[in-house]
Amino acid sequence: MNSLTLNGKNISFEPGQTILEAARTHGVDIPTLCHLQAADHKGVCRICVVEVQGADRLLPACATPAGDGMVVDTHSSKVVQERKMLLELLVANGDHNCLFCEANGDCKLQALVYEYGVKNVARRAGYEQRPIDDATPMILRDFNKCVLCGRCVAACNDVQVNNAIPYPFGRREDKPPVTGWLPVADYDRCVHCGECVQACPVGALLEKKALGKAMTWQTQKVRTTCPYCGVGCQMWLHVKDNQVVKVTGVEDVLPNRGRLCVKGRFGYDFVHAPDRLTTPLIKENGAFREAGWDEALGLVASRFSEIKAAHGPQSLAGFTSARATNEENYLMQKLVRTGFGTNNIDHCARL
Amino acid sequence: MAGLAVSLGSGAMTNSIAEMEDAEVLIVIGSNTTIAHPVLATFVKQGVVRKGAQLIVIDPRRIPLVDQSAIWLRQRPGTDIALINGLMHTIIKENLADTAFIAERCENFEEMRKVVEGYSPERVEEITGVPAGEIVKAARLYGQAGKAMILYTMGITQHTHGTDNVKSLANLAMLTGNFGRPSTGVNPLRGQNNVQGACDMGGLPNVLPGYQPVIDETVRAKFEALWKAPLDARVGMTLTDAMTAAADGRIKGVFIMGENPVVSDADSHHVMAALKKLDFLVVQDIFLTETAAMADVVLPAACFAEKDGTFSNTERRVQRVRKAVNPPGQALADWQILTALANVMGLDWKYESPQAIFEEIRVATPSYAGITYERLEKETLQWPCPTADHPGTPILHVGRFSRGKGLFAPIEHQEPFELTDEAYPMTLTTGRVLYQYHTRTMTGRCAGVNDMAPVAKMEMNPADSARMQVVDGEFVQVSSRRGHIEVRVEVTESVREGVVFIPFHYAEASANALTVAALDPVAKIPEYKVCAVKVEKRPQPGLHG
Repeated sequence: MNSLTLNGKNISFEPGQTILEAARTHGVDIPTLCHLQAADHKGVCRICVVEVQGADRLLPACATPAGDGMVVDTHSSKVVQERKMLLELLVANGDHNCLFCEANGDCKLQALVYEYGVKNVARRAGYEQRPIDDATPMILRDFNKCVLCGRCVAACNDVQVNNAIPYPFGRREDKPPVTGWLPVADYDRCVHCGECVQACPVGALLEKKALGKAMTWQTQKVRTTCPYCGVGCQMWLHVKDNQVVKVTGVEDVLPNRGRLCVKGRFGYDFVHAPDRLTTPLIKENGAFREAGWDEALGLVASRFSEIKAAHGPQSLAGFTSARATNEENYLMQKLVRTGFGTNNIDHCARL
Repeated sequence: MAGLAVSLGSGAMTNSIAEMEDAEVLIVIGSNTTIAHPVLATFVKQGVVRKGAQLIVIDPRRIPLVDQSAIWLRQRPGTDIALINGLMHTIIKENLADTAFIAERCENFEEMRKVVEGYSPERVEEITGVPAGEIVKAARLYGQAGKAMILYTMGITQHTHGTDNVKSLANLAMLTGNFGRPSTGVNPLRGQNNVQGACDMGGLPNVLPGYQPVIDETVRAKFEALWKAPLDARVGMTLTDAMTAAADGRIKGVFIMGENPVVSDADSHHVMAALKKLDFLVVQDIFLTETAAMADVVLPAACFAEKDGTFSNTERRVQRVRKAVNPPGQALADWQILTALANVMGLDWKYESPQAIFEEIRVATPSYAGITYERLEKETLQWPCPTADHPGTPILHVGRFSRGKGLFAPIEHQEPFELTDEAYPMTLTTGRVLYQYHTRTMTGRCAGVNDMAPVAKMEMNPADSARMQVVDGEFVQVSSRRGHIEVRVEVTESVREGVVFIPFHYAEASANALTVAALDPVAKIPEYKVCAVKVEKRPQPGLHG
C-alpha cells in the first residue's frame, strides 16, 4: 500500500512519484521555481522544500521520492521560514525592481515574494553588475534578473536539444569573472527558437520585439495553430488593441508540447505589415486601381463566365492554397468544380 | 504522396510526431528536419539524446541533424532508389527481413526481391558514392530494430522518380515489418501548414474531398446530390500541366488563392510566360506578391490570425484556427470572398461561418465525419475519425493496410532527368533556410527573423571555391539551360564537391529560374532537387555588401 500523510491527510501515490508529484496529483500546491517537467530539470532552487517527519533537514519535494508511511508538511512554519529566506537571498542577489521589468505580472519570483511576504530586501553589498546581452534582434538577456534556476539551460539542451546554452560544469574559479555560471548563449549554435525565454520564470530572458508593447494583464490570449510548416504547433497569440504583440507556445498539448521555432514565435509581423492588401484592385491600362467588392467580384464573375461560354469549362483552372483553412480549400474546389465546371483544381503540395 | 497511396492505400503520415521520441532507430532521408520542421526535429533529437535512439541520416548535404546521427550516408543527389535497394539487399541477405509480416500482410515480395538482388553494397557504392561498409552498417541497424521510423520530405519527392523513391521507402519498411505499431512507419513531413488539409479537402485534380476519385460514378453521384450541381467526369489538370496549357493557349482564365507560383514553381520564366498569356488572371492573397502583380484583379484576403477555421497538420491532426484580430481595411477571409463570388456567379451558397462549412465537410468527407468544432474545444483528433464517438487514429495500417495487402514495388535505379555535362558541370540542389519560409511574403516582413538571413547565399564546397578562386560572400553567376541568376557564395563543407545548394525563397536570386520543370510522371512533382548548372566568377565591384 503506497500512502503517506500530507498536511495531516492520508493520500495514496504511484511508486516512483516524487513528493511533489504525489502532492500535485492530490491538488496540493508546492511552489517551484527551477522545476521544468519537460526536461526533468529540478533540484536547483530548493523553493519546494518540505518538512518530512524523521528527516534531519528540510527535503526538496521535487527530488525526494514519496515513501510509504511518510508524514509530510508542505507549509509548516519551518518550511515557510526557509522559503522566505531563500527568496530574500534571490532578491538580494539581483536587480529585481518590478516597476522597470517587462515580466511584471508574469513572474514567478514576484508571485512568490508576494505570497511569502518578503519585504524591503536590500541588494547584497558588493553585488557586481552583471552583463546585459543585447546581441540578437529577437532575445534580450538581462542577467541581473537571472535567478540561476537553470531552466533555460535545460530548455535549450534537453527540450529543443540545440546545446546553445552550455551546462555550468566546472568550478566557479575557472569561469571568467562576472559571467561566472551565468547561462550565456553561444550564438554559433543558437537558432533563436526562444524556448529559453518561454522557460524563464522571471524577466531575465525576454522577447525583444514585445518590449513595451503591452503589460501582461492588458493582453488577451487567443489559442490558434501556427501558419508556417506542417507540424501545426499550438500557440497563444497575445493581443492588445487589435495587434498581435507576442506569441508563446501552448504548454502540455500535442503536437508541440509548448515548443515553437523562430518562425512561429517571432515571425508574426507580417500580420500587421503596412503593405497588406486592404482593398480589391483592378488592373486598367497596365496599372492597378482600387475598387469596391461589388465591382471586383462582378468583374471576376462575368469574365470567368465569358471565357467559359466562349472556350468551355476546360479553359478555366483554379489553384487553391496549402496556407488557407480546410473550410476555404473545400469551398475553392467546390467553386471550381460546380461554378467553373471543371476538375482543373490543384495547389502547390508538390512544392 | 502518390507513392504511399499505391503501396499502402493511404498517402498520409502513418504515425505521429510524439512517437518519434520512442523509436529505436530513425531514418531521416531527404529532410533537413531542423530547418524545415524545427519543432518536429526536437522529438527526433530528444529520442537520440534522452532515450538512446539511433539516427541514420541519408542526405547529400551535411545537415544539422548529422550531429545527432549514428550513421550519415551521403549519397550523390538523385540516387536514393539504388541506396534503398542496397539497404534491402543487405537486410534480405543477412536474414533480417520480417518474413512473417511479409507473408501475412504484403504481396509481390518475390518480384521486388529479384530486383533488389542486383544491388550489392559494392554496386550501390558505385552508383551512390556511399561506401559499401556504411550501407551494410545502416542496413543492420535498421533491420535489427524492434521499432523503426522513416521520415522524409521533398528531398525524396522532388525528383522525376519521386513516386518510385517513396515506394522504395515503403518497401523498406514493409520488409522489416515496421508498420501498424507505435514508433514505426513511413512518414512524409508536410512543408506547409495545411498541405494535408488542402489534399484532404479535394484540392487536387483527380479526387474529390476525402480522396474519392472523380472518375468514380458512384462518388460523383454522391457529390452531385450534395452540391446540387453536375460534375465533370474527367480528371483535371495539375498546376504544372495547367501552366503548360496556359502557355499554349488552352487555359485562358485562372483563379489563384494564396499561392505565389512565379517564385515557388520550377522554371519561373516558363510560369511567367504562361500567366502573361492568360485572358484573365485573378489572385487572392494577403500581399501584392510577384504573382498578384501579374493579375487582372487582386482580391485582399485575411491572414490566419484574422479568421476562424481548421488546419490539418502533417500527422492528420485537425486543429482550430481562431480569429485574434480584425483584417486590415476591406480585406475578408478567403471563405467569405469565395462565398460572395459563388453567389455573384449564381450558385446560391448560404455559409454563414466556417463552422457551417465544416458541417458540410463532415458529410462530404467520411474520415472527418466524427470531428466537430465542439469536440475540438476539448480534445485533439487525428483522422480517420468516422463517428462522433471515435477517438481518432494516431497510427494507420494497424493489423491491415488501407489497401488490404501492402504492395511491394520492384524498382530499378534511374538517373535524374538532367545530368551534368561539359557545359553545365555542377549539380544544383535546392531547399530551405531556417529563417525564411517559402517565397518570403511572410518572413521577409518580420523584423529580426528576416535579419537573420536577409539575402540568398549559395553553398559551395571549399574545393570548388578554391578552384574557381571565389571567396565567401562574393557574387557569382549561376546558369542553367533555363536561365541565370547572380548570388552570393557561402563556402561550406555542407555540400560535397561538384554540388551547390541555393535556397528557393529569394525572388532576387530565384533558384527556380534555374530548376527544371521535368516532372515525376505520376505525382507531377518537378525535379527541384537536381539540375545541371555552371558557376562563373563575375568580377563586378560595387555589388558586394
